[in-house]
Amino acid sequence: MPTVTSPDQMRRKMTPKAMVGWGAVAVVGAVCWTVLALARGENVSALWILFAALSSYAIAYRFYSRFIAYKVLGVDNTRATPAERLQNGIDYDVTDRRVLFGHHFAAIAGAGPLVGPVLAAQMGYLPGTIWIIVGVIFAGAVQDMVVLFFSMRRNGKSLGQMVREEIGTVGGIAALIAVFSIMIIILAVLALVVVNALAASPWGVFSIGLTIPIALFMGYYLRYLRPGRVMEVTAIGVVLLVLAIVGGNYVQQMGLADALTLSPNKLVLALVVYGFVASILPVWMLLAPRDYLSTFMKVGVIVLLAVGLVIARPVLESQAVTSFALKGNGPVFAGKLFPFVFITIACGALSGFHALIASGTTPKMISKESHVRMIGYGGMLTESFVAISALIAASVINQGIYFAINSPAGSTGGTPAAAAQFIGTLGMTITPADLAAAAQSIHETTLISRTGGAPTLAFGISLVFTKAFGGGLAAFWYHFAIMFEALFILTAVDAGTRVGRFMLQDTIGNVWHKYADISWKPASWSASAVVVALWGYMLYVGVNDPIGGIYQLFPLFGISNQLLAAIALTLCVSLLFKHGKARYVWVPGIALAWDLIVTMTASWQKVFSGDVKIGFFQQRSVFQTALDKGLLIKPAKTMDQMQQVITNVTVDGVLQALFAVLTLTVIASAIPVWIKAAKSGGLPTAEVPRQPSHLVAPAELFATALEKQAVREYEDSQRKLVASGRSR
Amino acid sequence: MRTHAIKAVRGIRWYLKQSTGEAKWDEYLERCRNDGVEPTSRRDFERHRAEHNEKNPQPRCC
Repeated sequence: MPTVTSPDQMRRKMTPKAMVGWGAVAVVGAVCWTVLALARGENVSALWILFAALSSYAIAYRFYSRFIAYKVLGVDNTRATPAERLQNGIDYDVTDRRVLFGHHFAAIAGAGPLVGPVLAAQMGYLPGTIWIIVGVIFAGAVQDMVVLFFSMRRNGKSLGQMVREEIGTVGGIAALIAVFSIMIIILAVLALVVVNALAASPWGVFSIGLTIPIALFMGYYLRYLRPGRVMEVTAIGVVLLVLAIVGGNYVQQMGLADALTLSPNKLVLALVVYGFVASILPVWMLLAPRDYLSTFMKVGVIVLLAVGLVIARPVLESQAVTSFALKGNGPVFAGKLFPFVFITIACGALSGFHALIASGTTPKMISKESHVRMIGYGGMLTESFVAISALIAASVINQGIYFAINSPAGSTGGTPAAAAQFIGTLGMTITPADLAAAAQSIHETTLISRTGGAPTLAFGISLVFTKAFGGGLAAFWYHFAIMFEALFILTAVDAGTRVGRFMLQDTIGNVWHKYADISWKPASWSASAVVVALWGYMLYVGVNDPIGGIYQLFPLFGISNQLLAAIALTLCVSLLFKHGKARYVWVPGIALAWDLIVTMTASWQKVFSGDVKIGFFQQRSVFQTALDKGLLIKPAKTMDQMQQVITNVTVDGVLQALFAVLTLTVIASAIPVWIKAAKSGGLPTAEVPRQPSHLVAPAELFATALEKQAVREYEDSQRKLVASGRSR
Repeated sequence: MRTHAIKAVRGIRWYLKQSTGEAKWDEYLERCRNDGVEPTSRRDFERHRAEHNEKNPQPRCC
């Protein structure tokens, strides 16, 4: 059997032509970074950020990811992957590398990389740009790729299983609890983003609401009318979706405006009911068709945004670094640049949640080991590019409008006049008329205190698209962008609730076997109800928080996601030690060290800080003391709200401390393993022993001429095998 | 020029078919042909695949 690639590829010399090419890329990158570092004041084009990112990604992919693949991990294309060995056409399935890249990217990309950078823009565009690019290269993409590789070498085991088997039972249990509780927070915060985007927006409610019947229709079509025709039903679905967005403009004329103007609490109720029903309905009915739509929208908008930015060439309105970054008194979320910019931008630079996907379905579908590079590392670079686009979209908005949208209602007062006055206290000027006109331009009643990132991003996208593709459609683009975000947040809520339910059933099933039976309705319904109740409660807390739900919960979300990353990176470090590769431990090690410094500082500040804006327990004691004396503290307006603040900050503080303790438990149980493995030069692991591969496939994204020929010969030989009746 | 365009369209079609899982049916038919087995109906085939999705939810990230 011919094998196309060999590890010798690493030693292949670069041709002079390639050297010149990569030299040019390096020069473009250096020029862009220099401009960004030196330019202050007016008229910095957003394209500098875009091209700094692209050239940095290209160099990191070409050199660093190659080094990790061939030296650190030692990918071996003569070794059969689980997809080849265990091929069953269902979960273990040899998949073309480019197709699997699409699958993996659709699973990791969501609202996180869009929302985080938008909020972090309160500190200026520069800190976010640097962290998104440097973070992805040295931390996020490394984590995704290394976890994917190790899971692939273990037949696609999950993160929790690997921690239990390779580190220990205590660490495994801590990791399991961490994964479950972090998922609850993520679902609550994502749902909060949707609530804030849809509250008092009849147009938004109308079009998002219509996605449910559209998805149901698609599900019915695929089940009964024309089974399996996914492409045609997605095309129909997308047309209906666009009609639903256009139709939203006419809610006023249809007399539906009042009925569809929902309060945040009504939306909470609607989401909780939706989440529960969606997670117990059969997958084919709602989840699967919704997933097709949201994937299509996701890819479509991302491509459109990249093209739009290049055509529109917008100028950055935000400062490079704002005073909030240095003083820590920003209205969007509290805290200084260090550590809070690093936890606010979670998903675009480093996201622990990806470790769950890299140890889920993807490793079972890889056809050649070297593909972990383009799928793990390359997939995360693409996600980072989405984050950069979101950061740009938020930075091209007039800063008065940006802060009016993103400051909590307790600060802005909710009216244009009060908001304009508040913006004045931040050192910016905007008139009430400007604020009203901005809302009018996208056919919303107000934009003030529409926190959560989605309205800001949608507003930024509508500015970019209007400039790039011609005017008159700002309102359409705004609601198009809201639809795009809400659609995949709802898919994430639905899928996340389902995954949480399975985890819960599986865990309880260890004690009570029957409960693990996923087709037993009492178990699946009650487990769904518990998961929905947990995130529903956190969502309710967020929506009714007088201090501001996003202001309080988003840091918690960011920290928990980064703590999950710490657990995943700890596993990577442990496995390199155990495989006798101590000299390469620094690769995930630098990411882990930085992640721990950031998350532990942030956790410490959120729990123990004496600054009432940051520390949860300090807030608790200040509000409690005032309440005891019968005093009100702003932004609380009633004694009930005072009590509410006290309850909320207690819950937030306890959760924050719990996440940090769980992570430290995993690390503490890993350190003895590191020491033992380092001393003995390696330890046995649960890796599946090598079996030779018979499959022929190109090693990298672009196939060489030699590889193409080998693949053709291989396919011919397979066909001959089948024809002569000696089929395996 | 035209051959390039045709090639590109074919490539996109192939990619979409693979990504949406529609290609699974074609592969199944080919397998049946090679093994000389009568294929089941498309409806049953897709039901079988949906059944599997029911038990293996895939998380969607943030």
